[in-house]
Amino acid sequence: MVEFVQLTVNGIAIGCIYALVALGFVLIYKATETVNFAQGDLMMLGAFIAYSCIALWGLPYLVGILIAVAVLAAVGTGLDRIVLRPVVGQPTFAIVMLTIGIGTMFRAGASMTPGWGTETYSFATPYSGSTLRFGTVVIAAEHMTIILATIGLCAGLFAFFRFTKLGVAMQASSQNQLAAYYMGIPVKTMFSLIWGISAGVAAVAGILMAPISLVDINMGFIGLKAFPAAVLGGFGSIPGAIVGGLIIGVIEALAGFYLPAGFKDTAAYIVLLVVLFVRPHGLFGQMARKKV
Amino acid sequence: MRFLFRTDYNQDIDLFQFRLDRFWYGMLFASLATAPLWLDDYWISQVTYVAGFSISVLGLMLLAGFTGQVSLGHAAFVGIGAYAEAILMQRGVPFPISLILAGVLSGLIGAVIGLPALRLVGIYLAIATFAFVIIVQEVLTRWESLTGGNNGLRVPELTLFGLAIDQDWKFYYVTIVVAVLCFLGVVNVLRSPTGRAFIAIRDSEIAAQSLGVHLARYKTMAFALSAAITGIGGGLFAHKAGYLSPESFGLIGSINLLVAVLVGGIGSVHGAVFGAAFIAVLPQIIALLKDLLPDALAHQPGLEAGVFGLILVLTILFEPLGIYGRYRKLLFYVSIFPLYKRATFKRQKSYTRTERVH
Repeated sequence: MVEFVQLTVNGIAIGCIYALVALGFVLIYKATETVNFAQGDLMMLGAFIAYSCIALWGLPYLVGILIAVAVLAAVGTGLDRIVLRPVVGQPTFAIVMLTIGIGTMFRAGASMTPGWGTETYSFATPYSGSTLRFGTVVIAAEHMTIILATIGLCAGLFAFFRFTKLGVAMQASSQNQLAAYYMGIPVKTMFSLIWGISAGVAAVAGILMAPISLVDINMGFIGLKAFPAAVLGGFGSIPGAIVGGLIIGVIEALAGFYLPAGFKDTAAYIVLLVVLFVRPHGLFGQMARKKV
Repeated sequence: MRFLFRTDYNQDIDLFQFRLDRFWYGMLFASLATAPLWLDDYWISQVTYVAGFSISVLGLMLLAGFTGQVSLGHAAFVGIGAYAEAILMQRGVPFPISLILAGVLSGLIGAVIGLPALRLVGIYLAIATFAFVIIVQEVLTRWESLTGGNNGLRVPELTLFGLAIDQDWKFYYVTIVVAVLCFLGVVNVLRSPTGRAFIAIRDSEIAAQSLGVHLARYKTMAFALSAAITGIGGGLFAHKAGYLSPESFGLIGSINLLVAVLVGGIGSVHGAVFGAAFIAVLPQIIALLKDLLPDALAHQPGLEAGVFGLILVLTILFEPLGIYGRYRKLLFYVSIFPLYKRATFKRQKSYTRTERVH
């Protein structure tokens, strides 16, 4: 039983990472109906920038995080403005491939950047190494930080979308572009900002993950697991993405322990296929068929 | 500019629209048939690779370019075809039959994967096929009794009607014959009612449905056909590689196929060949360029991937119809010279196409 609880807690921690990456997918998808396959690579970029700030230039941990998130937000906004806006209205396929190409370029770029390269790095965090005990269950501080930071970030985003004028404007542009235009909302700018937010969230995910999986140029592939999470949640629903991420994280942790080798990496995808077979629009999906 | 005066229906669905086409394809065929006489082994091997790979690309082209369904999972079908071919040959099934069986098996699995595709729109389909390729790769790795797992699987030597295909030029002929058959098959399907139904689905599902196209049937058919052709390409790949291991058939393989489709020219059969040639040639061009580049850049391991990604992004941004589209535009430019207007191929203003209901 202790073992089960322990695994579940670890799974929730990893699930939080998936949830954050999935959150990025969903924000972008809700707004622009584009799926950003480079989300994982944005995460990698965020982790690398934090690594540069903290380990190479010796800045304090929190300052490093802020710089990484700010840089990534700028990168995300720029991506939308320069690369994605010209292809609005192209088939889904082309846009998906475009983001895959961007992801490849980010990985290649990171491997060529002096000081980054193809090796694996780590950077010190103020909380590394310490653990928390709840009865017999031990939680590593890294895992606890991930869970707390995710809760904090989600609460912050919720408040932002709910209570600020900008957030409501973004929601409006996501729900109905045309109506938002008529209300005088600069929809294009909103979309760029949403890209910025989602890249910033990816950076946070990358930084949180750095202590448990180390920093290397292929860490973005972990972001691919966020696809099952996002689909499970219905791809258009923000709470859905979070729940989906947690489910995937827990399933993966349990499958890795109780099932034969090989299931750890595929469990998420098997769940995904089953869900798509049974409920084609995810567990919390709300997409209706387009009528003429 | 050439005008075509149509006098009967057969002319409309003719394989060759113009008499000159017949001449050029004849020339192409003749040069392919005599290639081993005037090309050295290196080039023969390259052409064989391009021809074999272009079959797999053609399979994906049929699905992505003509039916409008995105698949991130086609490397799995290449893998299924390749492993089926190798295992069947090990069990003593003679060559042409084993290749056909490999295609059929791949097609059947494609049909099963196509089933959820009937209900999945756009991005959900891409993600479902993405999950599929990862699961297949894991199965290939773990099913050691059959596939040899990570140790790999040696592909038996190819014999055709008792004749050992042991030299490059012999395998070249085998590949070319299979490739020509596949391409003719696809071109024929595309000019039949089935092919027109595929294209109708690509252009608008709702319109196709209103015109009586049975969406479920045709989408499954497209998936199965596409998977079968890709599987046949995989079977040939098995013989070309001589040795199979699961990591060749993962997400990266799928992305390579998709890049070939996009860069070659989406929605054109010619594009499949151009795309396959692009994938084959690019690493070699980069290897050549390495001598010219400064040392600091030339020895970067990420260089190839970076150039690959850059070309992909530039293609989608500036030439969405790929190499074939560019070729057609050049042809048009020459044929109406000097009357070409810059705005002829200007991209139309486009708007977000939504899958949602407001």
